[in-house]
Amino acid sequence: MQIASMHFKSRARSNMNDAQLQANLRKMQGKFVAKRRASLTELDDFEGTRDAGMAIRQRALDDLDAWLALFEQNAVRAGATVLWAETPADVNALVLEIARRHGVRKIIKSKSMVSEESGLDQAIEAAGLTVVETDLGEYILQINGYEPPSHIIGPALHKSKEEVAELFHRKHGTPLKTGIEELCLEARGVLREHYLTADMGISGGNFFIAETGSVLLVTNEGNATLGTTLPRVHVAISGIEKVVPTLEDAATLMRLLPRSATGQSISNYVDVLTGVRREGESHGAEAMYFILVDSGRAGVLGSEVREALRCIRCGACMNHCPVYQNVGGHSYGWVYPGPIGSILTPMYAGLEHAHDLPAASTLCNQCGVVCPVRIPLPDLQRKLREMAFERRLRPWPERMGVRAWAWVAKRPSLYALATRIGARALRFLGGRDGTIRRLPLAGGWTQERDFPAPSGRTFRELYAKRGGGRR
Amino acid sequence: MTTTIDGNAAAREAILGRVRRALGRRGEGPAAAERAQAYVAAHGHGPRPTLPEDLAQAFVERATLMESTVERLGSLAEVPRAVAHYLDALRLPDAIAGQKSHAGVCWPQFADLDWPGAGLAIEARPTHGHDRLGITGALCGIAETGTLVVVSSPPTPTATTLLPDTHVAVLSAREIVPGMEEAFARVRALGPVVPRAIHLISGPSRTGDIEQTIVLGAHGPYRVHILLLP
Repeated sequence: MQIASMHFKSRARSNMNDAQLQANLRKMQGKFVAKRRASLTELDDFEGTRDAGMAIRQRALDDLDAWLALFEQNAVRAGATVLWAETPADVNALVLEIARRHGVRKIIKSKSMVSEESGLDQAIEAAGLTVVETDLGEYILQINGYEPPSHIIGPALHKSKEEVAELFHRKHGTPLKTGIEELCLEARGVLREHYLTADMGISGGNFFIAETGSVLLVTNEGNATLGTTLPRVHVAISGIEKVVPTLEDAATLMRLLPRSATGQSISNYVDVLTGVRREGESHGAEAMYFILVDSGRAGVLGSEVREALRCIRCGACMNHCPVYQNVGGHSYGWVYPGPIGSILTPMYAGLEHAHDLPAASTLCNQCGVVCPVRIPLPDLQRKLREMAFERRLRPWPERMGVRAWAWVAKRPSLYALATRIGARALRFLGGRDGTIRRLPLAGGWTQERDFPAPSGRTFRELYAKRGGGRR
Repeated sequence: MTTTIDGNAAAREAILGRVRRALGRRGEGPAAAERAQAYVAAHGHGPRPTLPEDLAQAFVERATLMESTVERLGSLAEVPRAVAHYLDALRLPDAIAGQKSHAGVCWPQFADLDWPGAGLAIEARPTHGHDRLGITGALCGIAETGTLVVVSSPPTPTATTLLPDTHVAVLSAREIVPGMEEAFARVRALGPVVPRAIHLISGPSRTGDIEQTIVLGAHGPYRVHILLLP
C-alpha cells in the first residue's frame, strides 16, 4: 500500500471537516468501549490474564528464532509448505507463483492486514487473476475501488448504511436496499457463488501455533472457515511475530482477543488449521502454504520499540483513542491506524514519511490501559519522537525551540528568571477573562484551541511562598 | 529481485539471521530450542475463570448467549422428531422461507436414525453446497463459551456445519469440557498429528461490518440448534 502518512495533518483537517464522516464516527463511538468493559467481568482475573497474555507474546519474541523453527518443522510434518518473505514484494511474488503452479484462476480471500501492506489484491488482478475479498467490510472496500481500510477489525466502519446501499446498487445492478439485513443477504448471495467456484483461498493468520504447525483464524462471519475449507489450495500469510508456542497459549490469548476487540466472550468461528486434506476427506485444501513475512519486523525486534510486536491486532487502542475517534482511520495514511499504527507505520514504512503519527498523540495512555498484552504505547510514541528529533526529521522551528529550551533548562537561575517572565507574560496575554486565544510563535497550537492563562506566578515562587524547602 | 518457491532458502536464512542478530545471538544455539521444547512439553495454562459445578447447565447458558438454541433430549432416537419440530416452529420472513426445507444431509453416524418417520429427507453424505439443513455431531462442547468443537476426518465432514442455512448439532452432555484447554487436550489425544481442521463454533455466522449492527447468517448458517443428549 502506498504510504500517505506524510499528509497526516492535511488529511486529519479535511476528515474533521467532513460532516458525513464525523456523523459516522460519532454513531459508532463508544459501542466497542462499552461492550468491552461489560465482557471483562466474565473473567475472574482479567489483569492476571493480561499478564499471562503479555508473557506468552514476550516469550515468543524472546526466542523468536527457535519458535519459528519449531513451527516450520511441525507445519512441514503435517504436509504444508513454509515460505519466507523478506519484503512486501516477496509476498506478492510468492502468491502469484503458487497460483501459477496450481493453475489457479479465482482466489477468495479472508481478511489479512499483512496483505494490505503489499497491495496483494492489486498485484493479483494485475496478473490477470480474479480475487474476491469475503470479509463483508473488506468486500465493501474492494468494490469501492480498493478504498483503504479505516479500522483493523471493522475496515468499513467509516461508512454509513446509506453509502453501502448506494454502492451495492451501483456495483451489483440490484434495486436500492434500505435495511442492513437486506444488504448482508445480498452480499451473502454474491459471495456464496465465489466460495463454491474459487481455486485458492488466502487467509491471514491471527496466530501461528508452534507446537502443531497450525494457523489459528478468528472470524465472526465464518468467511475464513469457508475460504479455507472449500478451495483446493490454501495460503496463510502473516508476520513472523505472530507465532505462539502452544494451543494452551492460544486459549489464553483467545480470552483476551475477542473481548478487547468487540466485547465478545468468544468469536463465532475459531479455526485451527494444520496441513493438507487427509486420506478419505471430502473437503480441505490439497496444498497448503504458509508465507512468513518479515517486512521490517526483525528490525523492530532489534529496536527500542520491540514491545509493539506483542500486538494481537484487537483494535482496542484505536477504539479508546481520542485522536483516532476524531480524525478517523484514513488520516493515518497506511495499513494500521490509531496508536499501534503510530508505532508500526514509521517502523515498517519509514519514519521519514510518518513522524507526524507518534506526534499526533496526547500521551493520555488510554491505549496503554486497555492493551490486552500491555504494550506501553505512549512510551513507544515518545521513543519515536526522540528518534525523529535525532534524525532531524521534525521542522526546524520545533528543533530550535527544543534546543533553546534545553539550553535554558540546564541553567537553573536563568530558568527561574525565564519562567517568571514567561508566566507573567502569559497572564498578560490572557487578558481580562484569563483565556489565551493566540500565542506568538505557537500559532499551530492555538489555532484549534484556547487555554486558560496561568496565575502569573511560577511553581517555584508558590512553593517558596508556602515555606517549601525550609525544613 | 524477489524470492521464489524453490529459491526460498536464501530468504529464510536472511530473515532468521536478522532475527538472531536482533536477539543478540550468534548462530543457532541449542539453548533457545531446548527452552522451547521444555515449555511445550509442560503445556501450562493461564488463569482460568471459575465455572459452576454443572458444566452442562453452564454450556446451555453460554451457548444461548451466543445465540445458539439448545434443546435437551432423552435419547438419540428422539433426534429426528426434534429436528422436524424445530424446523416447523421457525418463523421466517418470506425472503428466506425456503430455509424451512425438510431435506438435508447428516454425518454417517446418524444415517440409521428414522428420518423418514419424522417427515425428513436426510442423506448421509458430505454437502455439495446447496443443502438447506446440515446435521452433525461434535467432538465435545466447551462450557466456558458455549462452543461446539468439530474436527475434520472422513466420517466428520466439517463443511456440513458451514454451508447449510441451518446447522443442527447433536452433543452428549458427557462430552462437555470446562474450557478450550481441555478441548485441545482431547484433540491431541486423537493422534500424533492434529486433524486438518479444528473448528470452534459458537453460534451462527454473523457480521457487524455495517454500522456495527449485528446481522446473523453472514456467510455460514443463519442458525445453530444444539440437541443435548444425556
